[in-house]
Amino acid sequence: MCVKHLGVDKSPTPQALCLCIDGASYRLCVAPNRVASPVVRSLRNLMLLPLLGLLGGCEASVLNPAGDMAVRERDLIIASTGLMLLIVLPVMLVTLLFAWRYRASNTTAKYDPDFHHSTQLEVLIWTAPLLIIIALGALTWISTHVLDPFRPLRRIDATRPVASEVRPLTIEVVALDWKWLFFYPDQGVAAVNELAVPVDRPINFKITSATVMTSFFVPSLAGQIYAMAGMETRLHAVANRPGDYDGFAAQYNGAGFSHMGFKVHGTSTKDFDAWIDKLKGVGKILDQEAYLDLAKPTESEPVHYYSSVQDGLYGKILNLCAKPGKMCMGEMMFIDANGGGGKDSEANYDRLKYDGAMTEEGNEAPGATFPASGRPPNTLAVQPQGMLPRTVAPQVNQQKKQHDDGQGHNMQGMPGMTGSDVAPAQLDKN
Amino acid sequence: MFSNLDLQKLIFGRLSLEAIPYHEPILLATFAGVGVGGAALLGALTYFRLWGYLWKEWFTSVDHKKIGIMYMVLALVMLLRGFADALMMRTQQSIAFGDNNGFLPPHHYDQVFTAHGVIMIFFMAMPFVTGLMNFVVPLQIGARDVAFPFLNNFSFWMTVGGAVTVMASLFVGEFARTGWLAFPPLSEAAYSPGVGVDYYIWSLQVAGIGTLLSGINLIATIVKMRAPGMTMMKMPVFCWTSLCTNVLIVASFPVLTAVLALLSLDRYVGTNFFTNDLGGNPMMYFNLIWVWGHPEVYILILPAFGIFSEVTSTFCGKRLFGYASMVYATVVITILSYLVWLHHFFTMGSGASVNSFFGITTMIISIPTGAKIFNWLFTMYRGRIRFELPMMWTVAFMFTFTIGGMTGVLLAVPPADFMLHNSLFLVAHFHNVIIGGVFFGVMAGISYWFPKAFGFKLDPFWGKMSFWFWVVGFYFAFMPLYVLGLMGVTRRLNHFDDPNLQIWFVTAAFGALLIAAGIGSFLMQLFVSVRNREALRDTTGDPWNGRTLEWSTSSPPPEYNFAFTPMIHDLDAWSDMKQRGYVRPVHGYRSIHMPKSTGAGVIIAGLCTVFGLAMIWYIWWLAALSLLGALVATIVHTFNYDRDFTIPDYEVVRVEDRRTRALLAKV
Repeated sequence: MCVKHLGVDKSPTPQALCLCIDGASYRLCVAPNRVASPVVRSLRNLMLLPLLGLLGGCEASVLNPAGDMAVRERDLIIASTGLMLLIVLPVMLVTLLFAWRYRASNTTAKYDPDFHHSTQLEVLIWTAPLLIIIALGALTWISTHVLDPFRPLRRIDATRPVASEVRPLTIEVVALDWKWLFFYPDQGVAAVNELAVPVDRPINFKITSATVMTSFFVPSLAGQIYAMAGMETRLHAVANRPGDYDGFAAQYNGAGFSHMGFKVHGTSTKDFDAWIDKLKGVGKILDQEAYLDLAKPTESEPVHYYSSVQDGLYGKILNLCAKPGKMCMGEMMFIDANGGGGKDSEANYDRLKYDGAMTEEGNEAPGATFPASGRPPNTLAVQPQGMLPRTVAPQVNQQKKQHDDGQGHNMQGMPGMTGSDVAPAQLDKN
Repeated sequence: MFSNLDLQKLIFGRLSLEAIPYHEPILLATFAGVGVGGAALLGALTYFRLWGYLWKEWFTSVDHKKIGIMYMVLALVMLLRGFADALMMRTQQSIAFGDNNGFLPPHHYDQVFTAHGVIMIFFMAMPFVTGLMNFVVPLQIGARDVAFPFLNNFSFWMTVGGAVTVMASLFVGEFARTGWLAFPPLSEAAYSPGVGVDYYIWSLQVAGIGTLLSGINLIATIVKMRAPGMTMMKMPVFCWTSLCTNVLIVASFPVLTAVLALLSLDRYVGTNFFTNDLGGNPMMYFNLIWVWGHPEVYILILPAFGIFSEVTSTFCGKRLFGYASMVYATVVITILSYLVWLHHFFTMGSGASVNSFFGITTMIISIPTGAKIFNWLFTMYRGRIRFELPMMWTVAFMFTFTIGGMTGVLLAVPPADFMLHNSLFLVAHFHNVIIGGVFFGVMAGISYWFPKAFGFKLDPFWGKMSFWFWVVGFYFAFMPLYVLGLMGVTRRLNHFDDPNLQIWFVTAAFGALLIAAGIGSFLMQLFVSVRNREALRDTTGDPWNGRTLEWSTSSPPPEYNFAFTPMIHDLDAWSDMKQRGYVRPVHGYRSIHMPKSTGAGVIIAGLCTVFGLAMIWYIWWLAALSLLGALVATIVHTFNYDRDFTIPDYEVVRVEDRRTRALLAKV
């Protein structure tokens, strides 16, 4: 293994000194610590050096974050680990020491078969962990409140508080099968699988899902939070240095999960405005119809932009009523809060069915059997809807057999179907 | 409804030839392998006329020792299956970079990781600990069997039924593609329409009933059947941890049954408990499943703690340090394990105070756990440690588990969890405690009690090979995952874009190969030990200079365990008896009243399994018939009054005299 390249990494900000051994695709970086109290910093330096030796520092996004939330969460990880090592290291050493010293072959060691109780030792072995846990518990209580993702940021980094006139950038996040849709409500644009954020401006993410649960995670900026249908979670974060960061779905949510990643561009305010202008120039409008098309399951969806967004679309997605004919969750809750609709609510039954509204696969009634569902019982034979062809299982991408379900939904000959289509034929019931 | 009624659907439900994955080469090869192997096994059983023997002596036996051994066999078989899944995942993750998509497409890979989790927890770890408890507890408390011997047999066969259901999904249909806890809405009919989640539900429902009943059984056994003089605080620590584990089982498995029943209602009849539809709420499923799921990890680890306690005090030649605090620590862990479930989903958006509460309760558990580690340490202190295999596993446990405990407490800090949740760091953590804790404990227990069960020791050479392969393999396989987790790599991915990660996955795959060698060495150890059993024979019944009652009887113990019920005066009863010059009585034997074998357990559990399979495939007539059959068989069994028999005194005399001669020959 030879060192091909040694020097300062040419990243947008040359803050990290990187040793790159290209042959092994392995990089080792030491980033200067900018934002941390001296205590934490010295602790961290102590901890980080061996860790960095172990990790490819540039890629260790959790340990080498780019935003204040993530930095503080990283510091917390290091501080808690340090606190626990106070007791864990001695225990591990003593385990090895006792195992060696009191081995049967060592007859010089004292053997005391009746030593099975000692009040002093008992007090010690209960209080030592107790003290550590008291310290860690206090740290937990404080940090959990300070770093609560729902709490607006108070500071941009360790030295700069958020100025009172600064308005956070709001970004509305929608998890779809299997891509991310980002709304910029103040700018009136939207993007799929790409995010740009201006450096040092607090960001207020509002997160929901139009389908199953998943988790929104940009490790360089802040910890993750679940995205759940019909509900909105919040995440407050800030980027402190320019660069491209990885974001992804962190909770398994179906077949396309592995390719549900996106790039986050941390940019200067100027570049951010330029990015917004670029979006405004694409001339595509995200209205309800375009959204319903977008919401169908797809894998590895390419980045694309929308120059304008239909008013209130995010609210409709959040309320699960983006599809025409569905009742908004808010309306249902209003009815329920007023005592419910009684027997009349039966009329709303279909309007309250949201699951599978975007997929065609699962649209049959629960309990539908194989011929009626039009889907073979072994779904290994058919790729899930929206998945790309794969060389590892080429046969499953073909429409192998068409099953007449006896209900007039014979899939063969559906408009737009060709033999090489990836997904099974879609029964459009809109 | 009846407009499209057709005969095939009526008879076979949604089962058709399409359900057999004949287009999947991996599955086809496995199927062929299992088919040939199974046929060879069945052929051999028939050729050597072993069916009658197996049925009479094992399958229908209510002897807790035989049931315990059958649990271990089941767990071992399922370990091989679960580990095959692990190897496939490690291979996929170590090659699927850039243009290479690996060898498993997502819809197959997703089944593999789901099956791996389900099998390793429910059908590997659970049967191992249940098997050990079944075998050891009655012997340690001086009882002749468990409180409800038939129930014990039935519980075992229900567990087998669940395992059979999971295995069937490999060859007929598919398994769930949801992750091992089948979180809705993904596991709802709208998003997982196939049979996979139904396989998941019914295998756990069938096995769960077995686990619950076995929990009730062991609690009754421990509470009511201890030998005279054995007060609760004179009970061996393994019995204490078993008692607490079974209390946890009885209190938590009904929750699992209920939550899976709600999910099946959603899937089968269109209720909306956990859907997004009609006001359903998937968050309730997270809470309910983890109200079971967190105690479950203590159900697994507590018996392992008990094993380590027994092993440490035996091989250090000392009484366990701090017995009372060990017991209190166990009880405290039992109670606290119910107050921590939310730490599995800090990221669901609970308020900061709720999150901190559950974070801090989680950390508090580390106090009694830490006390336990110290107790083992001070048992070693001033001991004479014989590094036989069980003790080697114990020291490896103490070292490894401490790391897992530390990363666990780290994950209990909510803001740290925001970073590490769902990551490979989490995966590394729970493998660290399940392998480093539960599995090392099981291996210690197997090598410790094997001579008791079979009358000969396990071969030490292959045992040490297995030990070193396992321990080194564990570190190679899981330390890279900690590192990857800190790099922000999430779990359950089947493809990666960043080539820098590959080296870590390759290292982990290498670790998995070492573990494979460890498993291979263990199988080799069993084989070599059986072959050399005469050389490894132990006639004393007490090969390790043990301290608890099970070592006072012969190896293997007679059907009735103890010819005379022992009188207990102190903790470590057998050690106490030896010290006070106990002389084994050689006459005065009386006839012994014992429970009788019955095939009812196999039959009822078999019908329940058929019911599960019929429900999975929507074969309603068969489901109705098998459920009815199970009910009728249960009722019929209640009218079976021929439940017991008496071992005549001359038979007891014959068995005990043989042991007397063996003991004399030894001297």
